[in-house]
Amino acid sequence: MADKLRAQQQLEALQSRFIGTGNADTTRFEWTSNIARDSIASYIGHPPMLQYMSIGLGQPKEKTRVQLIDRMIQPVGPPPPVCWVR
Amino acid sequence: MSGTSKKSKRSGDGQGGSTKASLTDAFDSDLYTNGKDLSGYNMSIAVGDEDEDMEDAGEINGRRLVAQYTATKDQLNEFAHGETEEADILMSREEKAQVASRETDYQRRRFDRNLSPTRDGDERSYKEIMKEREIEREEARVKRLIEERENKGSEVLDHVPTLKDGADGAVAVNGDREKTPPIDKQAARAARRKRRWDVADEKPAKAEEANGTAMEEDKPAEPAPKKSRWETGASAEPAAPTRSRWDTAAAPVAAPAGAAAPGGAPVPMPMTFGTDVSSRNAPLSDEMLDMMLPSEGYKILEPPPGYEPLRRPVGVPQLPENYGGFLIPEEGASSTLMGKQLPTEIPGVGDLQFFKTEDMKYFGKLVDGADEDEMTMEELKERKIMRLLLKVKNGTPPMRKTALRQLTDNARQFGAGPLFNQILPLLMERTLEDQERHLLVKVIDRILYKLDDLVRPYVHKILVVIEPLLIDQDYYARVEGREIISNLSKAAGLAHMISTMRPDLDHADEYVRNTTARAFAVVASALGIPALLPFLRAVCRSKKSWHARHTGVKIVQQIPILMGCAILPHLKGLVECIGENLNDEQPKVRMVTALALAALAEAATPYGIESFDDILNPLWTGARRQRGKALAAFLKAVGYIIPLMDEEYSNYYTSQIMESVIREFQSPDEEMKKVVLKVVSQCSGTAGVTRTYLKDNVLGEFFKHFWVRRMALDKRNYRQVVDTTVDLAQKAGVSEIVGRIVNNMKDESEAYRKMTVETIDKIISTLGAADVDQRLEEQLIDGVIVAFQDQTVEDPIVIDGFATVVNALGERAKPYLPQIVMIILNRLNNKAPTVRQQAADLISRITFVMSKCDEDPQLVKLGQALYEYLGEEYPEVLGSILGALRAIVTVVGLHAMVPPIKDLLPRLTPILRNRHEKVQENTIDLVGRIADRGPDFVNPREWMRICFELLEMLKAHKKGIRRAANNTFGYIAKAIGPQDVLATLLNNLRVQERQSRVCTAVAIGIVAETCAPFTVLPALMNEYRVPELNVQNGVLKALSFMFEYIGEVGKDYVYAVTPLLEDALIDRDQVHRQTAASVVKHLALGCVGLDVEDAMIHLLNLLWPNLFETSPHVIDRIIEAIEGVRNAVGTPLVMNYVWAGLFHPARKVRQPYWRLYNDAYVQSADAMVPVYPQFEEESIHRHELDIFI
Repeated sequence: MADKLRAQQQLEALQSRFIGTGNADTTRFEWTSNIARDSIASYIGHPPMLQYMSIGLGQPKEKTRVQLIDRMIQPVGPPPPVCWVR
Repeated sequence: MSGTSKKSKRSGDGQGGSTKASLTDAFDSDLYTNGKDLSGYNMSIAVGDEDEDMEDAGEINGRRLVAQYTATKDQLNEFAHGETEEADILMSREEKAQVASRETDYQRRRFDRNLSPTRDGDERSYKEIMKEREIEREEARVKRLIEERENKGSEVLDHVPTLKDGADGAVAVNGDREKTPPIDKQAARAARRKRRWDVADEKPAKAEEANGTAMEEDKPAEPAPKKSRWETGASAEPAAPTRSRWDTAAAPVAAPAGAAAPGGAPVPMPMTFGTDVSSRNAPLSDEMLDMMLPSEGYKILEPPPGYEPLRRPVGVPQLPENYGGFLIPEEGASSTLMGKQLPTEIPGVGDLQFFKTEDMKYFGKLVDGADEDEMTMEELKERKIMRLLLKVKNGTPPMRKTALRQLTDNARQFGAGPLFNQILPLLMERTLEDQERHLLVKVIDRILYKLDDLVRPYVHKILVVIEPLLIDQDYYARVEGREIISNLSKAAGLAHMISTMRPDLDHADEYVRNTTARAFAVVASALGIPALLPFLRAVCRSKKSWHARHTGVKIVQQIPILMGCAILPHLKGLVECIGENLNDEQPKVRMVTALALAALAEAATPYGIESFDDILNPLWTGARRQRGKALAAFLKAVGYIIPLMDEEYSNYYTSQIMESVIREFQSPDEEMKKVVLKVVSQCSGTAGVTRTYLKDNVLGEFFKHFWVRRMALDKRNYRQVVDTTVDLAQKAGVSEIVGRIVNNMKDESEAYRKMTVETIDKIISTLGAADVDQRLEEQLIDGVIVAFQDQTVEDPIVIDGFATVVNALGERAKPYLPQIVMIILNRLNNKAPTVRQQAADLISRITFVMSKCDEDPQLVKLGQALYEYLGEEYPEVLGSILGALRAIVTVVGLHAMVPPIKDLLPRLTPILRNRHEKVQENTIDLVGRIADRGPDFVNPREWMRICFELLEMLKAHKKGIRRAANNTFGYIAKAIGPQDVLATLLNNLRVQERQSRVCTAVAIGIVAETCAPFTVLPALMNEYRVPELNVQNGVLKALSFMFEYIGEVGKDYVYAVTPLLEDALIDRDQVHRQTAASVVKHLALGCVGLDVEDAMIHLLNLLWPNLFETSPHVIDRIIEAIEGVRNAVGTPLVMNYVWAGLFHPARKVRQPYWRLYNDAYVQSADAMVPVYPQFEEESIHRHELDIFI
């Protein structure tokens, strides 16, 4: 009981620091969103990667960067409708 | 007595009228004729076992007639009763734990406060509360006046009863008559004459009183209750619906505020039925007396002058809230002694740690056995809370935890009211202990978070309970109090806090004002000073009462004490806020203002002088004008402000104030002494004060007044004087100060000598002895030797001072060393163990200087002496002797040591067996040093013997000893080769004790590290074949430590140990697997990037199924091992394992997988990006990765 409690608290603390972490109740939507955001952040964070993509898209690096940042908003589309009926 | 006459009357009836026989009459009338005089006979049998007469006869002239073999009863009972009664040990222990027993009288005044009624907006408005406070103040004032008058005795007419007529007198003083109902003069006179039996009972007689005024006493109306002559005048008070405040004026201060509130509805007190005994305990009314006593033969006596009956306001319960009534204690002395009559198990709560008598008062309801099915929701809720609170307060730790959690989680469902109504009275209990208080405060803290703004109606109640914590002696209690109040203010909001606490700012009771000020400071720190500043400004300038101003300034004083340098941004505002109060008409306000400025300046050092610019002038001129305590406060402020100034100013201002400071040197007041010492030390620290100035103006007076024997006797003065002298020395120089006090080391008072030695120690250790000339040097050594030789109480101070002086003198100490060595040698031979110990301690402190002075022969001499004393029987002394030997060995070196090491070490071997910690520590240190530096001096057989002794050391409690023993194993193994040591250690893995096995495993790890793993590993792995769990576990543990210590070297042994680990990881025993996992972890972390991925993946495959272990230690080790492997083989490979279970249908599977995922995410999120799964769906597909050039 006590351990479970502690584990729960630790998990909450962890989640507040790292949004991308999950738990057994994480939904597909949350997880895929996190994956998409993390990927985009990683592309932007590695300049050679960004350069490569920009060349492939035929546009300046900065433009690609802004596009990628924009894509972080709802990266996998809107959240699924909340279903109140069980 | 009337009893006898009544008895005789009744017996007369018995004979005359009925046939019944009287119990007291004798039937043998011829023997005991009734008419006979029976006065000479015993009419009753003594109640006690022995005859009272005999007792007297027993001791004639204080001695017994029979021989006595024991102490007399008097002697035995001497300390059993009365003043000299000795406290029951158990009882006193119990009481000592209580918070109240450690409190000062001032702190105990918290019991005078009572929980104010709930403050809902509609129940009692702010205005009403303010009015009530005003009335309380008025009451206090009037009371004071009355007291004064009575003390003076000028107006004692005919000892005016204070309740009514006292008010009359007070009215004359007061002068505002219109609020007091006019008193009929005649009635008043009658009252003064007749109302004697009851002065306090208004309520029971009130109805009659109303009638009584209208009627004549000799013409009673038929249905009306009989009027008696006892209470003709009792009708003085009309039964007006509004009670005059003079009624309440006489109520004791402790009466609940609700009852004293005029016009306000009295607070309904929750009371169980039939427990309100106030009506039964009320004074007898006149009628009752009339009925009980015959009308003739009695006289009504005047109460003696000065008699004042103890009154309680009528209708107020006499007992605390929720009082459960008297409980009949169980019979049987033994059970009472054992405290068994109190249940330790409460239905629905379980087994408690303890249950006190006082708890019955609050939790009695739980054992009443009422049927819970018939209760309402509210009652059930109340009981639920009660049960949880009892669990928190008296339960075992796990019970406490769950109960606390339930309380927290359900706080909003329970509601603020039911919760606080039960918690707060518990906190007001007198017998509360630290632990209980801590737990209850914790409960409040937790539920505050949950309740948030629901607490508003209870803010004042909570404050009443929590504020006393702010002045507790216990630091942690203060911190807890602060935390609660700060959370409370965040939950309730500033406006609400201010409106709740404002009425207490000018409360009549100083205690309330003080605690409120502290609480306000906490509010300021929680909500920010700027938010509170406008309010503070208004309070500090209050025209209405100086109490409010005083409290306002006190808040400003508390803020810097609480917040430290965080006040700097608001310093100007705070100083401006209180600046004007420096010239307040009330001396107390002036004083607290100066103290507040001191606190502000102290917190602001060394910045912020510009904020104080405006008050410098009033402060300095004020300081010259004040006397006594106020002067102390002003000087304190001055002392704290001077260090903020720059050179020029501080010089000027110091010279301005120094005159009064020096004048106050001779003040007998302790507080003043403290302040002037502080001021001197601070002034001397500033750049503007020069050395010559100090020498010319300050030092003479300072030493004259403060360096006297009396100062050394009081601990606080002692400290202050030492600190100030050291501060003065910083500026005035070592020789100047030390020269003045050096002779005190030869003083006859030991405390004074000690004070001098400590001062010299501090001065010389900070400033060195370069300044000391030849003459002073001699005096110093001479003095310190005298102080050392003459000390009677063992204290490290003198030895410290000695060592400091000798070390500071360095090579200049050479001429004195022979003398010192002689003294030490003499004292090593002393009869008293402490003297020997000190001598040995001193050796270990001065060996360094001795070798620097080329006094090695002397050192050797000392070493030889110490060697001879190794047979010492006192362990403390033996420890010191060993320490001294070690110090000598360190500076002399093993080669030059006399006696030679090969003689010394065998003497140490038996000492290793000594169980005393100090001895163990010092021997193992010495032995370890020899094993490290010069193992060749001793033959291997001796080392083996020491190895065996060292195994015992592994059981030591102190970690340092165990560590030293382990390291020594390493040194010895290095010296004589690992084989023999390893064999010893491996055998030790078979012992029962866990700690010993663990330490052995550590030692094996160390041996492997020092002698290269390949010398150890074969034997170790061979040992794993022993079919014994302990041994196998020990081997695994040793491997784990070994791989931890050798790090990258472990790469060469990966393939060698893999089969062993394979076997261990598929063992049935989970501890086995756990230990194997920790081996894998250290192994894997050792070979990150060293190209052994195949083995790692193999181990990972074996580890993976253990993922579903539930025991916390096991699962932690497994996860750590997997993380280790992840680091060794890279995140992507391990993620392949993880994807499989993240969305498994079973939660039990998902959980550990997500744990691994999270760990990987935290440690190497970026490495996961390339290996995230590919989604084919359009919306979640990562299109960027499709770009291809």
